[in-house]
Amino acid sequence: MGIIGSGILTGLGVTLRHFVETYIEDFKYMGKKAGVQPRMLRRQSPKAHGIVTVEYPMEKLPVPENFRYIPFLVKDDKTNEDRCTSCGICAKVCPPQCIWIARTEDPVTKRPVPAPKDFFIDSTICMNCGYCAEFCPFDAIKMNTDYEIAYYPETENDMRLVYDKNRLTMNESFHWNIHPSVKAAELEAKAADEAKAKAAAEAAAKKAAADAAKKVALAAAPVVPDAPVASVAPTPAAGGAAMAARAAAAARAAAAAKK
Amino acid sequence: MSEVTATPAKPAAKPAAPAAHGAAKPVAAAKMTPEMSAIAAKFGGAVEAAQYEGLLVTDHSKFIEIATYVRDVLKYNQLTNNTATDYIKDGVIEVVNQFTRVPQGGAPLTLKLRVPRPSGNDKTQPVPSLCPLYPGAEFQERETYDMYGVVFEGHPDLRRILMWEGFNGWPLRKDWKEAYYEGDTKPFESRWPGGDHKLAEERVPWEDNVNYPPGFDPFAFKPHPDGDIYDSMLAPSDGTVSIDNGHGVAPTLIEGLNASEMAELKTDEIIVNMGPQHPSTHGVLRMVVKLDGEKVTDLKLALGYLHRNHEKIGERNTWLHNIPYTDRLDYITGIYNEWGYVLGVERMMGLKTTDRVEYLRVITGELTRLASHFWAIGFLLNDLGAFFTPALYFITERDLIIDLLEAVTGSRMMCNYMRFGGVSRDFTSAQWAMARELAFERLPRTIDELDHFLTENEILKARSIGTGYMSADRCIAHSLTGPCLRAAGIGYDVRRADPYGYYDRFDFNIPVLYNGDVYDRYLVRVQEMRESLKIIQQALNQAETQSKVGDIQGGKKAYNHRVPAGQCYARVETPKGELGYYLVSDGNQNPYKYHIRSCSYINLNSMKEMAVGQKVADSVVILGSLDIVLGEVDR
Repeated sequence: MGIIGSGILTGLGVTLRHFVETYIEDFKYMGKKAGVQPRMLRRQSPKAHGIVTVEYPMEKLPVPENFRYIPFLVKDDKTNEDRCTSCGICAKVCPPQCIWIARTEDPVTKRPVPAPKDFFIDSTICMNCGYCAEFCPFDAIKMNTDYEIAYYPETENDMRLVYDKNRLTMNESFHWNIHPSVKAAELEAKAADEAKAKAAAEAAAKKAAADAAKKVALAAAPVVPDAPVASVAPTPAAGGAAMAARAAAAARAAAAAKK
Repeated sequence: MSEVTATPAKPAAKPAAPAAHGAAKPVAAAKMTPEMSAIAAKFGGAVEAAQYEGLLVTDHSKFIEIATYVRDVLKYNQLTNNTATDYIKDGVIEVVNQFTRVPQGGAPLTLKLRVPRPSGNDKTQPVPSLCPLYPGAEFQERETYDMYGVVFEGHPDLRRILMWEGFNGWPLRKDWKEAYYEGDTKPFESRWPGGDHKLAEERVPWEDNVNYPPGFDPFAFKPHPDGDIYDSMLAPSDGTVSIDNGHGVAPTLIEGLNASEMAELKTDEIIVNMGPQHPSTHGVLRMVVKLDGEKVTDLKLALGYLHRNHEKIGERNTWLHNIPYTDRLDYITGIYNEWGYVLGVERMMGLKTTDRVEYLRVITGELTRLASHFWAIGFLLNDLGAFFTPALYFITERDLIIDLLEAVTGSRMMCNYMRFGGVSRDFTSAQWAMARELAFERLPRTIDELDHFLTENEILKARSIGTGYMSADRCIAHSLTGPCLRAAGIGYDVRRADPYGYYDRFDFNIPVLYNGDVYDRYLVRVQEMRESLKIIQQALNQAETQSKVGDIQGGKKAYNHRVPAGQCYARVETPKGELGYYLVSDGNQNPYKYHIRSCSYINLNSMKEMAVGQKVADSVVILGSLDIVLGEVDR
């Protein structure tokens, strides 16, 4: 216990120090443009002194790579195909159930095709939890870091906050741009997958060729000599093999979902 | 602690439950603890082992006697949790009471009561209220009444608390459907594979889901302008206060007048409404105070402005879906809320975690404790009139903490970090370095500065010393937990009383102070921040040597968990107090019952007793010292 008022004076000393420190920092960076990264980063870090205000619409803080907002769908740059196979896991793990997926059906056989016909995310419901990206077995859905999606409605039924497949789909390069640290891992996984698919395709081709040869041998045994031409087995093309691998993976995922 | 008794589900619980070896047993007997055996020995015919856990009191007339025995002889002096479960297939509503020993801790004792499930929207038969024995039951029983229509006989003020007066129906009963109801459980069928987006608002709510009392016309309805809350306070009073809370309240005297002259003066008490929109109510809380001059003679709280039926949503969700929802309870300490929930589910499922997971949980959890205490102290100072200078200094520090959490988890406050048996991400080396810098350099310095800045401040001391006093016994009786209880001289902290996680590996103290006033609550928080820092520093050091980077998932990561039938009460020590999750599983993908023992809500129970007899301006400070978050109060 000291003199009455000494507690208040020490407290005022603290506010004075904060005040002075703020100006010292301001003078250090005087004349430099707002939004200059090193200044922003330092003044937001544990090393900062004084108080700093980020003048938001003019200056923006960078968001961390893990930051998540509304999900988007990733499209393969080379093949221009969606990575999504419409397996429905994201729709199942979504806590507020903001994902609607329409599965594509083969027009002839009526069997599901591993690609979404339509895909809706209602961002008015989305709680930005990131489960869809976390549990997607194909790395097909990722969380966007763009947090400025507000808008003035132009008509009464302006539904821009409900994203359809067109507006959700982004290029792979966009995804790698905002998530640089996942690029290497994804490329590696993709290369491994492709090698696997290629090996599988080659094995299938070999088997088919062997079968064909067998058939040829069998067919050659009878009297008709020009039968082999018709019995050449079609070898799956490279793209077809990738498609087959995706379908197999989708089947696996569907089996997992059923469990 | 929750001992998990995963007994086979009763055959009637739900058909999907594994009925292979439980079909013959009418009552799956709970494991008997010595205390339960003592009760069973004394009150033989009145109790039996309940389903899953605890004792079922079959003779309701003996309930108060049993509860008195539990309180006075077995020394379970705090009612931790009161709720109910609607077993619709069995046709019963089960009232659950859980008692704990303070400050010794240990596993809670569960007493259950069963009442037949009434038809339609009727209330149940009355069950005895615990309010005379445990004043802390007041708000909890009101909530159980509000949500299930269970009538508690002997309750002093049995009104709706979260729903509005005049609401028709009991929202947590299994047959009650909310507006925009789509299905009993998620995931909903309409999402996949034929997903065609439809706005929730298009599923016309007014025809399908909302039912009014017979003869009620919503368009002709004119609400009573004041409502029951004013009527109940308008009863004449002589200015004395009936509650003995140690303030020694007497009628206000005007200087120069004695008591008899004072009595001749025609003075009026006035009722003042504060909130729900008021800067000092920390959200949408409404306080109605009855004033004699400046002195508070009565106080009532109106809650529920942020009520969203979190528990009903929780029962619709799958087990995994609930994790991000818990972030929205006490949104200042999201990580800690998740921890309590995953702890309960992990215990029910018997999941193992890894060392890395436990260290990361401690580090992030204690960081949120620091953030929460910074916030609490900053806003307490706001309530005291130091308008935003201290608050902003501390918000700066809190911002650094949530910057780190954002970088690690992906979101500043709604972290969604915990998983069953794991966490979602590990720290990168840069994030680890930032955590070290915060824990070893920045935050110790700021906490010292905070102490230097405020603790000896004469205005703070003049306003807070002696304000909002509550004795230790009353605190326990009122089910108060957290820093407010520890400021009254009770060293009760769930981290010690009912350990979870790796807290047994760290050297830290539970700060206890003895005056039970606002100033001590402030001091306890400052000291707790220092202890939290000690824990974080040790955890960072230990994690570097004793855990493997990236080893963040114990067991297999899954999204479609099935939790074995059983029940669990898991609790953790959040910065506000004891946060408990009462979970019941019937073996399905969704919780059958999901109840939150919300510390902010239950701490508010003692608000009236602390504030009566104090100045009206102090009631704001008392509320600030309780440190509530309305997201958790109203759920």
